[in-house]
Amino acid sequence: MSIRRRKQLSKVALYTLAVILALWTLFPIYLITLGAFSTENAIYSYPLQLWPHHVTTSTLSFFVNSAGVIPSLERSVWVLLITLTLSLGVGLPAGYALARFKFPGANFLRLGVVGTRAFPIVILAIPLAATFIRWGIDDSVLGVSIAHTALALPFAILTTASIFSGISVELEEAAMTLGCSRLSAFARVILPLALPGLAASAIFVVVLSWNEVFAASTLTVLHRTLPAQVVAVLDQALLPYRFAGGFFLLAPPLIMIFVIRRFLFGMWGQVVK
Amino acid sequence: MADVRFHQVRKTFGKVTAVDDVDLDVADGEFVVLLGPSGCGKTTLLRCLAGLETVDSGTIHIGNRDATDLPPRRRRISMVFQSYAVFPHMKVRDNIAFGLRMQKESSQVTKERVESVAGLLGITDLLDRYPAQISGGQRQRVAVARAIAIRSDVLLMDEPLSNLDALLRMQMRAELKALLQELGTTTIYVTHDQTEALSMGDRIAVMNRGHIVQVDTPLAVYDNPTEKFVGDFVGTPPMNFLGARVESNGSGPTVKVGGGGFALDHADGLTDRDLLLGIRAEAIAVSTEPGEGLIRAGVVVVEPLGSHNLITARAGEDLLKISAGNHFFPEPGSDIWLRLRPSHIRWLDRETGKVIPVAAGATA
Repeated sequence: MSIRRRKQLSKVALYTLAVILALWTLFPIYLITLGAFSTENAIYSYPLQLWPHHVTTSTLSFFVNSAGVIPSLERSVWVLLITLTLSLGVGLPAGYALARFKFPGANFLRLGVVGTRAFPIVILAIPLAATFIRWGIDDSVLGVSIAHTALALPFAILTTASIFSGISVELEEAAMTLGCSRLSAFARVILPLALPGLAASAIFVVVLSWNEVFAASTLTVLHRTLPAQVVAVLDQALLPYRFAGGFFLLAPPLIMIFVIRRFLFGMWGQVVK
Repeated sequence: MADVRFHQVRKTFGKVTAVDDVDLDVADGEFVVLLGPSGCGKTTLLRCLAGLETVDSGTIHIGNRDATDLPPRRRRISMVFQSYAVFPHMKVRDNIAFGLRMQKESSQVTKERVESVAGLLGITDLLDRYPAQISGGQRQRVAVARAIAIRSDVLLMDEPLSNLDALLRMQMRAELKALLQELGTTTIYVTHDQTEALSMGDRIAVMNRGHIVQVDTPLAVYDNPTEKFVGDFVGTPPMNFLGARVESNGSGPTVKVGGGGFALDHADGLTDRDLLLGIRAEAIAVSTEPGEGLIRAGVVVVEPLGSHNLITARAGEDLLKISAGNHFFPEPGSDIWLRLRPSHIRWLDRETGKVIPVAAGATA
C-alpha cells in the first residue's frame, strides 16, 4: 500500500470515528429534544417520527406545571450559584498559590486534592447525610451546595493552578516594577489573561452541579434539586414528563458551553503566552 | 537619578548561595554591566535590587534611601525583562502608559510621554497594535519604551537583547547605548555576552559563583583580568594561558614555557613557583623563522576570519590562539615562532588562578 493511500485511509478512519462519536452524543440529545417539543400523541405513536410534525411547548409546560418542578428548579439554581461561588472562591486562590509559591506541603496538597476523588460520592453520601443531620443542614440547599463544592473543588484548584502557571511570572513582576502591588498586578494583568481559562473551569462546575443526581438525591427528601426531583418521580412519570425533564437538565449546560466556547476562542486568540 | 550601593548582599535558595556577600557601588548616571556565565548570580543580584527577591542579609541603597525592604513599586526602578514581559491583552500604547497610569499621571502628561518615548524607540506606528501583531524586535522596543516612560531613578535590564537574532542584536546594542547615553539614567545591565558587556558598559562587574570577581572599565577587564576566570570569560578568543616557570641564574631571570624560553628584566615574586602566563591572541607576534627569545609552536589549524586569521598552535603542552594578518597562511603541522610582547604578559598563580601583582614595567 502506498503511503499516500494509507494516509487517505487513516483520514477516512478518523472521520468515520468522529462521525460515530458525534452521533453517539447527538442522537440521544436529538431524541430528547424531539420528545420535549412533540405532542403527547406523537411521543406515543409508532413507528417513531424522527421529524416533528407539530412543534409544541405543551409537553414542556406540562412538565413545568407538574408538582414540585418550579421549586426544585429554583433550588437547583441556588445550589449552582453557591457551588460556583464556593468552588471558585476557594479554588482560585488555592490554584494561584500552587502555581506561584513554593510552600511546605504544596505537593502534599496537590496530592490530597486529587486524593479526595478517590472516595466516590456513593460512599461518602451516607456519612455525609448523617453529618448534615447533626449540623442541621440536611435536606437543604446549603447541604447540597457543600457536597457539590467538595466534588468540584479539586478540579477547580488543579485547573486554575495550571492556568496561572501558564501565564508568565515575568508579566506579574513587570507590573510590580511599574507600580503595582501583588494584588493589583493580579487584578490588572493576570486576571484578564486567565479569564478564558477560568470561564472554562466555571463551566465545568456549573455542569457538574446542575446535573449531579446522587448526592442531591441522598441528601434531600422534601427539598429536592431538579435532577433529584426528576429521578425521584421517574418510575411513576409519564413519557412526556421524562422527555421534558431530560430536556431541562440538558439544555442549560449545552447553552453555556456554546456561549462561552466562542468567548474562549475569541478573547485573546492564542496570544496568552 | 540616583546611585546604587550593594553592601554585603547575600541571597540563598535552599542550599545554593546565589549571591554571596556582594559589595558594589554604582555611581549616579553610570552604566554598569553585570557579566558572568549562567548561574553566576547576576540575575539574582539584579532581582534583589528590583525587589523581586528579598535578600537574606546585607543592604541595598538607592540614592540615600535604604531600599532593602521596600516592595518593587516603592523603589523607583524600572526593569526590562529577558522575555520582554509585554502585556498581551493591552495595546502597545497602553503597555507604555501602564506605569504612568499607576503613578496617577494626568492623561495629558501620559499621552505626551507615551508619544515621546515611542518616538525615541521608533515605534510610533505600532501604538495601536496588540503585542501579538508585532515582531520580537518590536516587542523588545516596547519593553524598553515602557521602562523609560516612567523616568525611574534606576533602569534595570535583564539580558534584554538575548532573544534577538545576531544582526538585530548588534544594531539594537548600539541604539540602546546611544539612547541610554542621552537619558543619563543610572543603568544596571545583566548579560552573559561579553561582547555586549565590553561594548556597552562604563564599567563591567564580572561575576562567578555568586561573587563579583572584578569591577573595572571594559578595557581594564580585557587587558588586566584579576584571575584566570575573567581572562577565559572575556574576549574572543579567550586569553591564552601557558604553564610557565621563571628561573633566575647568572645571566638574569628567564621564563620557561613549553616550546622555549626568553629573558625577563625583573622577576620579583615570580621565581621558583608554578605560574600561568596570560597573553591575548593579538599580543603575540608570529614569525616563520627561529630567532632569539622566540617560542616554537606547531600549527594546528588556521581559521581565516576576514579581518585577520586565527591560528591555533601548540607550544609544548599548551594550546594557543594567535591573531595573525589575514594573508598569513602557515601549513598545518609546520612550525612557527612566537614573540610574546612583554608588556602584554600577565602573571598568575597556577594554583589559585589569581593574578600576581607585578610592578609596572617589571617585564622586559
